[in-house]
Amino acid sequence: MAGIDIEGLATVYPNGVRAVDGLDLHVADGEFFALLGPSGCGKTTLLRTIAGLEPATEGTVRIDAADVTRTEPGKRGVAMVFQDYALFPHMNVSENITYPLKVRRVAMATRTATAERTAGELSLQGLLERKPAQLSGGQQQRVALARAIASQGKVLLLDEPLSNLDARLRLEARTFLKKLQRDLGITTVFVTHDQAEALALADRIAVMESGKLRQLGSPREVFARPANTFVANFIGSTPMNLLPGTVAAATGEVGAVSVAGGSLPATTVSVPADAEVTVGIRPEYLTVASGDVTGPALRGVVVVAENLGTQSLVTVDCDGTLVGVTVPEETEPSPGTAVVLTAPASRVLLYDRDSGELLARQPTPVAS
Amino acid sequence: MASPSAPVEGVAPARGRGPARDVAGLGVGRAFGFVAPAFLLIGAFLIFPALWTIYIGITNYRLTGVEAVSPSVVGLSNYTKALNDALFHNALWLTLVFVLGSAIIGQNILGFTLAWIMRRTRPAVRRTVEAFVLLAWILPSTVVAYLWVAFYDRDGGTLNSLLGTQGTAWLIDYPMACLVVFNTWRGTAFSMMLYSSALQAVPPSQLESARMFGASGWQTLRDVVFPHIRGHVLTNTLLISLWTANDFSPFLLTKGGPNHESETVPVYIYNVALQGGELGYSSAISFLLLIANLLVSLVYLRLLRRRS
Repeated sequence: MAGIDIEGLATVYPNGVRAVDGLDLHVADGEFFALLGPSGCGKTTLLRTIAGLEPATEGTVRIDAADVTRTEPGKRGVAMVFQDYALFPHMNVSENITYPLKVRRVAMATRTATAERTAGELSLQGLLERKPAQLSGGQQQRVALARAIASQGKVLLLDEPLSNLDARLRLEARTFLKKLQRDLGITTVFVTHDQAEALALADRIAVMESGKLRQLGSPREVFARPANTFVANFIGSTPMNLLPGTVAAATGEVGAVSVAGGSLPATTVSVPADAEVTVGIRPEYLTVASGDVTGPALRGVVVVAENLGTQSLVTVDCDGTLVGVTVPEETEPSPGTAVVLTAPASRVLLYDRDSGELLARQPTPVAS
Repeated sequence: MASPSAPVEGVAPARGRGPARDVAGLGVGRAFGFVAPAFLLIGAFLIFPALWTIYIGITNYRLTGVEAVSPSVVGLSNYTKALNDALFHNALWLTLVFVLGSAIIGQNILGFTLAWIMRRTRPAVRRTVEAFVLLAWILPSTVVAYLWVAFYDRDGGTLNSLLGTQGTAWLIDYPMACLVVFNTWRGTAFSMMLYSSALQAVPPSQLESARMFGASGWQTLRDVVFPHIRGHVLTNTLLISLWTANDFSPFLLTKGGPNHESETVPVYIYNVALQGGELGYSSAISFLLLIANLLVSLVYLRLLRRRS
């Protein structure tokens, strides 16, 4: 078991593209770590650089404290599962799983035993004689995982582990993968472009854009307190409301921002009054108020309601600005209804209008 | 021209027995009309000569003399003669050596090696190498033969100058080795091109997977690359074996000499027919070569089918 330390890492392609651009990252021993970002953000290149498949241009990669920046992929103690699983079509499941051992010339008896044991761990019993083409997508993935585990790497790398599965199987595989990682306790880094997948699986998430790290944190942190508007936009299945606003004079700890013709409470301690900001508020954290509201609130008219299953996304026109808010099922107001929206101050995030960065870590908010 | 929606003249509705015979709506007669020129050409230049060769093979037809005017049918005596002809046995053996050395081993391995190396080189280098290798393939045999005669020449030949072995008559002292090297050089382009495209079909993730497990180059070739291109290897080997077995360019270098030492079957056929004048006998041998080619093809097809 081992941690991964990355310092000042850059991977530059021959055409001059800096796919990974000066990255520092530490993955702790036994951690389930996600590299998340839109396509082309360099997350796969970073994974491949850790694996040794792409040469690092600058910086160092350490696995288990050993510098492996210039080490051959096969000697890094790293196992990787490719997006298409890369199973060898002419070998059966057993041969596929034990191929890493065959390369090392391990005795046949040991190989057979390993195949049976690993197949057992990944519920592949009875499939050992089959060829990959005779397996379902989920089974193929488990064979690829079994093969990676059989290679006894200190670190497991997964490239888009769930993207080749259909929607229903994906949820099953997600649960399976998380449990497997917990059971094995192996340091695992995976790449995904799906924020829901990263939130569900990872202990920590690194959000990347153009080869740079935009935020590093637990799923909760990344979801609730995106460090900048890029992350705010990217994370969450319903997009965060990002609205232009102005900081109102603070009274005590809880201040307010004027936004969309109304106002919202916000902890504005370190932000000067009248500052132009971008106000970020997740639809999930806005509530449609019932009865009279005395504090800061947004007032508007319902434009449209979209059913999301257990909840609905309601779009409200607040003085010409469209604001999204989720409401529990069967409570959606019909279009044309006037509504009042409120939010707890702790959920209202203020971003610098120009740089898009979250403004000064606001102090722990008072319970609202 | 009839409008597209109108039923085309002469199309009989399918009567439910077998597939429709006239799908294009041309009418069977007109359809045959279109195919006829091709049939005529094939018939005149391929089928008729082949049948004629088989016929001549059972006669004592000669280039000159009485039998040139009135050949008589001699049955299978040409074939029995071939079975006991030491020179024919020699030619068969030399053809086998030629095919094994220059095609199955030479062109195959050199072509694959070039394709494997070129896979990772810069496009400019790859294109240059490909152009040179292809040049060897597309130049006319006569030109190529002249180049190689000059290369192997005893007095002032390029090879002797390179090795400092003035006075060595390569084509006389080592005729078969010369032919094997020559034909490997000449025919490698095809194997290289075929393997280049075959290697594209190997998924990169499988190669990288093997690399992640620490597989050596040889292990990767054996366990990942080879199983993927097995069909290509068989097809390529079949084609180059047949081409090499039927190749006549050895004649341009050595004329089969010295003393029949480089007389492969096609050269032997030519020498028997046109030097010896025994057209009947040479036709019989031609037919035997055809049969041998057919047998080799059948074996390859068998192997190919077993794969799928």
